[in-house]
Amino acid sequence: MHSKKQLAETAVHGIFLLLGLVTVGCVLLITVYLVASGIPAIRQIGLVPFLLGDTWESTAAQPAYGILPFILTSIYGTAGAILFGVPVGFFAAVYLAKMAPARVKSIVEAAVSLLAGIPSVVYGLVGMLVLVPGIRTLFHVPDGASLLAAIIVLAVMILPSIIKVSITALEAVPKEYEDASLALGATPVETWFRVSVPAARSGIAAAVVLGVGRAIGEAMAVMMVSGNAANMPSLFESVRFLTTAVSSEMSYSSGLQRQALFSIALVLFLFIMLINAALNFFLKGHKEG
Amino acid sequence: MKKLASLMLAAVLVLSALAGCSQEASGTVTTDGSTSMEKVIGALGEAFEAQNKNVTFTYNPTGSGSGIQAVLEGRCDIGLSSRSLKAEESAQGLTGTVLAYDGIAVIVHPDNPVSDLDVDTIAKIYTGEITNWKDIGGQDAEIVLIGREAGSGTRDGFESITGTEDACQYRQELTSTGDVITAVSQNPDAVGYASLASVKDTVRAVTVGGIAPTEDTVKDGSYVIQRPFVLVTKADTSLSGSAQKFFDFATSPDAAELISGAGAVAAN
Repeated sequence: MHSKKQLAETAVHGIFLLLGLVTVGCVLLITVYLVASGIPAIRQIGLVPFLLGDTWESTAAQPAYGILPFILTSIYGTAGAILFGVPVGFFAAVYLAKMAPARVKSIVEAAVSLLAGIPSVVYGLVGMLVLVPGIRTLFHVPDGASLLAAIIVLAVMILPSIIKVSITALEAVPKEYEDASLALGATPVETWFRVSVPAARSGIAAAVVLGVGRAIGEAMAVMMVSGNAANMPSLFESVRFLTTAVSSEMSYSSGLQRQALFSIALVLFLFIMLINAALNFFLKGHKEG
Repeated sequence: MKKLASLMLAAVLVLSALAGCSQEASGTVTTDGSTSMEKVIGALGEAFEAQNKNVTFTYNPTGSGSGIQAVLEGRCDIGLSSRSLKAEESAQGLTGTVLAYDGIAVIVHPDNPVSDLDVDTIAKIYTGEITNWKDIGGQDAEIVLIGREAGSGTRDGFESITGTEDACQYRQELTSTGDVITAVSQNPDAVGYASLASVKDTVRAVTVGGIAPTEDTVKDGSYVIQRPFVLVTKADTSLSGSAQKFFDFATSPDAAELISGAGAVAAN
């Protein structure tokens, strides 16, 4: 009887382990595949001309495969989205977690969840029909499809993850901390920003990481509003991101062009790993300090 | 007893596998060539397979040049070319049969006063030589060039007809015809190009050299931004049974609807 129980335990343990390994397996598979299919083109083009070349003409008679414009665009675009999205998301989260009446909170939270559930192609379409013409008339530029349009779309798209994760972090702060602060004579606002927010900072930082991850990885919505010309990034110019460089040409690509697209995907993958690693390092450093 | 049964089972399996093989070999239609013809040939192939259950249809998107080469070397039944055969290709014993025409409309915003352009002007606009609408009879506004992504059949067609390969100064490179039309409909200063069949009321197609793009003008050749979709076969050797059947189906009037559904103008 005893051993039977133990056997069942082991079996369940094994099944759970297996299910856990599925995730790890997927990551490994993707990593191996990306590296294996991304390396040949880099070898052929050369790492420096590939990463630092400023011209991308993949189908020209004399093809050029320089992805510096895409790298810079992705960095600027993500930074811009964070610049707009994080303050809005952060203050919204503080308001919802600490200040808002229960009814307002439930309505706004439902709206935020809905925002998270909207498919990115819808963001792109609305951006194309409203934002792009809007930027065009507002700033008197010939065409509104630009880095700015992409930044605004991305900023809205990362709001839900920032708000939701920040709220969870803020609500997890023990009530005793806040009570102690209030008892010492601090006002509620002082308490939220001096006690609650610092206590929840690792969770809020995690929210920002999620936002960065979503912004740098988004392709569909960005493709529809950014114009996709392989220019060096500039706020009102048509630009192409790392993600859109891969997805816009993949369907008809062949030969070295296709391999180069895989190399771009590899670069994007390394970027995301780097960002995650940097922020993990930063978070751990803070905890110890 | 058991052994005998399994032996018999194995024999049956092998036989049926062989039977399957021989059936497939007789019922295969292989096509090879132009990537621009993907939609048209895909629609035709699908319909043909649906009508003939035991026939396998394959399409290898390699490009017009390699498709023609493949027919010549006997590596496929029918070659697909999105240009007319050159004289030296015909001289090697190839026949081209026009399946359809790909008409490409140059579209502008409905409010744009410019209504007629010629091919030279279009080329100058797209290569950045003319950058303002006022130079060609429009308002004083910068021309916004909208096109398709590298590798797209429509882009390839447009650029090869206007002679602007690798020289277009695109402001936007979008990945579908629908996106191009939406982008042009949202910007009064934009110009774009799209497959004739997909042009909608939200944009206006300009006349090219005075000729409006319609099915008729594309078919009779008076509208110049167009190219033929050609089925290439060997003149001296006849097609296999199923390949001939497909050829007849594709060039029959019944296929016209499928072809126009795929965005081209049927030749027959």
